[in-house]
Amino acid sequence: MSGTAKISAAPTSLPAGAIAASLRNACVKFGSFTAIDGISIDIEEGQFYTILGPSGCGKSTMLRLVSDLIPAASGDVTIFGKSTEEARLAREFAFVFQDATLLPWRSALKNVELPLEIGRRRGVPIPVGDKTPRELLDLVGLSGREDALPHELSGGMRQRVAIARALVCHPKLLLMDEPFGALDEMTRDHLNLQLLRIWKETGVTILFVTHSIPEAVFLGQKVLMLQAHPGRLREVVDIDLPSPRTIEQRDTPEFTRYSAYLRKLLETC
Amino acid sequence: MTAVDNIPTAEEPIGSERMEARRTRSVAIAIPVMTAAALIALWQIGVKLFDVPTYIAPAPSDIAYTLVDKFPILLMNFWPTFYESVLGFFVGNIAAILIAVAFVHSRMVERAFFPIAVFINTIPILAIAPILVLIFGPGLTAKVVIAALICFFPTLVNMVRGLQAVSPQALELARILSASKAEIFWKIRLPSSLPFLFSALKIAATTCVIGAIVGEWVGADVGLGALIIDATFNFNSPLLYATVFMSSGLSVVLFATVSTIERLVVRW
Repeated sequence: MSGTAKISAAPTSLPAGAIAASLRNACVKFGSFTAIDGISIDIEEGQFYTILGPSGCGKSTMLRLVSDLIPAASGDVTIFGKSTEEARLAREFAFVFQDATLLPWRSALKNVELPLEIGRRRGVPIPVGDKTPRELLDLVGLSGREDALPHELSGGMRQRVAIARALVCHPKLLLMDEPFGALDEMTRDHLNLQLLRIWKETGVTILFVTHSIPEAVFLGQKVLMLQAHPGRLREVVDIDLPSPRTIEQRDTPEFTRYSAYLRKLLETC
Repeated sequence: MTAVDNIPTAEEPIGSERMEARRTRSVAIAIPVMTAAALIALWQIGVKLFDVPTYIAPAPSDIAYTLVDKFPILLMNFWPTFYESVLGFFVGNIAAILIAVAFVHSRMVERAFFPIAVFINTIPILAIAPILVLIFGPGLTAKVVIAALICFFPTLVNMVRGLQAVSPQALELARILSASKAEIFWKIRLPSSLPFLFSALKIAATTCVIGAIVGEWVGADVGLGALIIDATFNFNSPLLYATVFMSSGLSVVLFATVSTIERLVVRW
């Protein structure tokens, strides 16, 4: 059994940066089952958060709560001061699924353009960034493959198309649910580096769910450790490693220390 | 570290490989063609050897002769059947697609009408054909309706499945993009149903011909079905076989057309 001490993790000192997302005692229930039992946290703008926790701790549920895919049973969730629904309608956030979820009949470029087509006929204002879909494919390293259909691309490439698609409406918050979970180690390392580069270039706030401790340490400025039964926020661990991160950093004692600490923490969750 | 890791490789010297592929393809065509030719030869020899009367089983050479000799008559009866089949194909499939859309849109409509659709499908087409001829008369309409009816059910079932075969994640993506119901239908549901639809259309391409011919059996003086009845009662076996050959040729043409369109449309 995990500890039942409820650690409310409101940040001790408010940072200068704005708050991208704010959860206040948020609970999610599926019938009588409590998936998330009172999570409170402020997600600071521009930061890279990774979310770790044992299976069933509500990692994905937390992302789905923030992205307005599921409602909160109680408590409050806001994104840049708006309700999750308002933020969804304003395309303030984008979501990257574990499976790339590309439409198989659309080329890579057409898949990236999909968010721009949705709502256009209805006159919905669609935010666009400073990068065109083509430039976004270039940003994720897929220039030259614009016309390829998803089945002609590798798993890693498909996931990169999904990332480009997520960026096309210039979101301020990027929610990623184990996006590299199904990829092999080499591809994952490569995409981790690319994602960090994209994060630096776009300044987007990222919430990234993973079940890999090294990935959580390598990517995150902060690691949110969740605990299961019921799903609660156990601890926020600041990762104070030099930036830009490199693959070689993984062999440093500091990196190992963070990994070891998180592993021990995970065992008690 | 470069970001680009998969530039398509330029044309490699793969001439021999391409020749190999072409050879494999021609072998794949040659084997069934040769088998069919051998079976026809066996049939020819068998009929001649055992002196089988022509009205019981005509030799392939007799059929070929009739096919050429009676070609104007065959063609004259081919076109009515062709029109009935194609019209029935369109009517039946368009109705099935529209009803499938209604079913997916509203569970109430599905609950109300699906049992009726199943019931109609369980009536043998040979039993319902006379009823339809009585209602619509001996003209074109009855045959088109029978052909449409025979196409209808497989397309309805496949199309409903196709429209529902959207991955839950694609629907979540649509929700995050705040897509409207219409946008989900046109941009996600309809395209993802196309492989299912074409499976059904390929079935319909052959069954619509059966429907038209059955309709002609019940009451018609033109069409391949009428010619089949006529040739049977006159013990004109070579003409009967030639007509059967034309009917199956019609099915093959329709099937090939649908398959070609499928290859062009469903590229994923």
